Amino acid sequence: MLYREAGQFKTSYAADQQLFPIRQDRMGILILLAVVFLVIPGVASEYWFSAILIPFLIFSLAALGLNILTGYAGQLSLGSAAFMAVGAYAAYNFQLRIDGIPILVSFVCAGLTAAGVGILFGLPSLWIKGFYLAVATLAAQFFIVWCLTKFPWFSNHSSSGVISAQQLIIFGYEFASPQEKYLLVLSIVVVMALAAKNMVRSSTGRAWMAVRDMDVAASVIGIRLMPTKLLAFAVSSFYCGVAGALYAFCYLGSVEPDGFSLDMSFRILFMIIIGGVGSILGSFLGAAFILLLPIFLDIALPWAAGLLGLPFSNATVSHIQVLIFGALIMFFLIVEPHGLARLWQITKEKLRLWPFPH
Amino acid sequence: MSKKIGDVILDLQNISLRFGGVKALTDISFDVREHEIRAIIGPNGAGKSSMLNVINGVYHPQEGVIIFHGRERRKMEPHQAATQGIARTFQNIALFKGMSVLDNIMTGRITRMKASFIEHALWLGRAKREELEHRKKVEEVIDFLEIQHIRKTPVGRLPYGLQKRVELGRALAAEPSMLLLDEPMAGMNVEEKQDMCRFILDVNDQFGATIVLIEHDMGVVMDISDRVVVLDYGKKIGDGLPDDVKNNEDVITAYLGVSH
Amino acid sequence: MQFFLEVLINGLLSGVMYALVALGFVLVYKASGVFNFAQGAMVYLAALSVVSCMEKGAPLWLAIILAFIIMTLFGIATEKFVLRKLVNQPPITLFMATIGLAFFIEGLAPIMFGSEPRALDLGIVDEPIAAILDSWDMVISKFDLVAAGVAALLVTTLALFFQYTRIGRALRAVADDHQAALSIGIPLQHIWAIVWGIAGFVALVAGMMWGARNGVQFALTFTALKALPVLIIGGFTSVPGAIVGGLIIGASEKLAEIYLPPVMQSMFGGNFGGIEGWFPYVLALFFLLVRPEGLFGEKHIDRV
Repeated sequence: MLYREAGQFKTSYAADQQLFPIRQDRMGILILLAVVFLVIPGVASEYWFSAILIPFLIFSLAALGLNILTGYAGQLSLGSAAFMAVGAYAAYNFQLRIDGIPILVSFVCAGLTAAGVGILFGLPSLWIKGFYLAVATLAAQFFIVWCLTKFPWFSNHSSSGVISAQQLIIFGYEFASPQEKYLLVLSIVVVMALAAKNMVRSSTGRAWMAVRDMDVAASVIGIRLMPTKLLAFAVSSFYCGVAGALYAFCYLGSVEPDGFSLDMSFRILFMIIIGGVGSILGSFLGAAFILLLPIFLDIALPWAAGLLGLPFSNATVSHIQVLIFGALIMFFLIVEPHGLARLWQITKEKLRLWPFPH
Repeated sequence: MSKKIGDVILDLQNISLRFGGVKALTDISFDVREHEIRAIIGPNGAGKSSMLNVINGVYHPQEGVIIFHGRERRKMEPHQAATQGIARTFQNIALFKGMSVLDNIMTGRITRMKASFIEHALWLGRAKREELEHRKKVEEVIDFLEIQHIRKTPVGRLPYGLQKRVELGRALAAEPSMLLLDEPMAGMNVEEKQDMCRFILDVNDQFGATIVLIEHDMGVVMDISDRVVVLDYGKKIGDGLPDDVKNNEDVITAYLGVSH
Repeated sequence: MQFFLEVLINGLLSGVMYALVALGFVLVYKASGVFNFAQGAMVYLAALSVVSCMEKGAPLWLAIILAFIIMTLFGIATEKFVLRKLVNQPPITLFMATIGLAFFIEGLAPIMFGSEPRALDLGIVDEPIAAILDSWDMVISKFDLVAAGVAALLVTTLALFFQYTRIGRALRAVADDHQAALSIGIPLQHIWAIVWGIAGFVALVAGMMWGARNGVQFALTFTALKALPVLIIGGFTSVPGAIVGGLIIGASEKLAEIYLPPVMQSMFGGNFGGIEGWFPYVLALFFLLVRPEGLFGEKHIDRV
């Protein structure tokens, strides 16, 4: 009864094409924004900010980037973490080498640098598809991390490539506490998520999806494959790059190239598979799921083992974690390939009918 | 009929196409005049679809010349053909399965949309304006094809006949000057065929589009086409008015076999 | 020159080891169109099974048989519970599912058999061959030579199996065209189970070789990552391609590792080791540029 669009007639195409055509959705999103911007900063603890909320937002952004490339444009990438690394190191170097550059400008430049590198490694997508491309992006993963480790210039000659992020000062105000960093990350993520939503609902997004669904037909109706694919690589890498910069500046503070490992790339891929391939909302749901699951297992498994009186080591917990990740990926691909986002949609459709089943 | 058949707008001269050692098309020449309905017929494997693929640049023939609107070209990419006003449908439906009917037809207008991805991301004036203008055009196509009720349905869920119609809609949305239809009526029942014939004739009449059509149903071909090309084993064996072609001996042999 | 030859030969021999892993990929890809990212994890699982059986007191031959049974059961289970449920999904979905499978195995194997690195003794010593060392002054490992011999034997056996047995013919038919094979009465699901069994067997051979050489440890799963560029160079569907690709990757990465860093050092300063990590991929990218279907792969024509 509460969630029903009956009676909300659209009298113009503009009304039909707005971001959230259903009134309840508009209300819901406003309430959500009010909560995350106004309520959470007041009630969450420092642990929640720095261990859960900030990484959640940053990985959502990276997952969003990968989802643009894989979910919307249909190009599988196994190198997302490497593009995050490019973003992190680029932001560090812009701060380091250009005097007085505002930090937000550095972030944008970091995204652009990642986009440039993304285009470079996206070039093979013009003549190869599918898992061939996956191999090409693996090349990016290994090559970029190696470069950042071996060329001392990138890390300003620090040992083994470790960099420490500079202070976050915007218009003379320093973002130092976890709460302030949370608000900064949140604002950036909200703006970029909105921009992504706008792209995928316009002709840019339609071109991506057309290339994904059937590239020959796409080119026959006039879509130029090369710029369309490369744009997807660029935008996706831009998102990953900004996420990487935030990862270094707002989450860890100091990072090393090896931190942006293949394992991290896989985790980002898992986020979109579980959250929903080709869904903006899914990127957030998937990031939350993949980040919260290990925390949950860390608590639940020893507890369960204690109940049963089994011996239990930390190593076993991490093995079980890996095993459950793998099992979940297969489970979702088999049972619900569109992930949590689709489940949410089904819930909404059920809600439209509730409390009458038909 | 009120339509006026104009000058030659597409001229194909001595087209040959090979895949490795397999000859798909051998030395084929024919032309298409403005506003006419030109049918290509022939047994299975005759090279009909390959012919369409040559016209809109999906395949590049090894030999031959293609002259479209007076401009000669040898190698053209499909998207260039689209911008020059050639639209087409496919034998096996080639819709974008993950998108709604509306979005599928909207992609047909993509060559006419000028806003960049940055304008889209920020939803600036031009991006928003364009989306609305083109939505209006697309709604006209939707009205014309009588598919208003399925506008927001994902195309994957539609029955075959409707998918064919949506695919025609996507081609029409581009407002093409030339429309290539690859077996638009294959697998349809009589009613659906009649609907499709009506749409094709209307497109030809009202929009003045030139139509190149591949079809197996001889009744349909003889009824609606102005001129017919007959292919067999990648060679042209007949060309002319429907009645002439029907009585051409080579054509009869190709379809019915030779008596020994 | 002599040093160059030594590096080259050792590179070629380690390339044989890559080829062993790549073979498993090719078999599964040929027969079911699945690009099995979990092949590396299967190598790990196989090696772990052998080592644990031996730790429990089984002799080598029994351990191998037991491991083979484990791998076969595992292959059949994969086919039944994962791949059969994903029939008619796009290849990319299947590929992602095998990434999930890889993680699953990487979590499961250490829980079953323990995660600490262990040595696997096959009774072959990893020492330079004395004759070559004396007369040519080159270090060529006896073990690597044996591994090359095993690989050659394996490839010959598989080739004969595919060419001359009933199941082999059925496998080739399935690889050519699933639908056609099904329509003439080849039981597709049995065939797939057999293919996964064979892939398990190849993983077992690779696991034993790799395990005996480098120790049985988690790093064995990375062999899959090395096998990917091998496949791109050799072609996804060709058994000889896997061998030649392996040799090219093995030789070129060793040569690059020896000869590139000094050059780079003189240009940029600093230490540039570890080129092996990415060199095969970059080489594979160049191959993709020139010959996307691989050296021995079949050229694919898109029909519209």
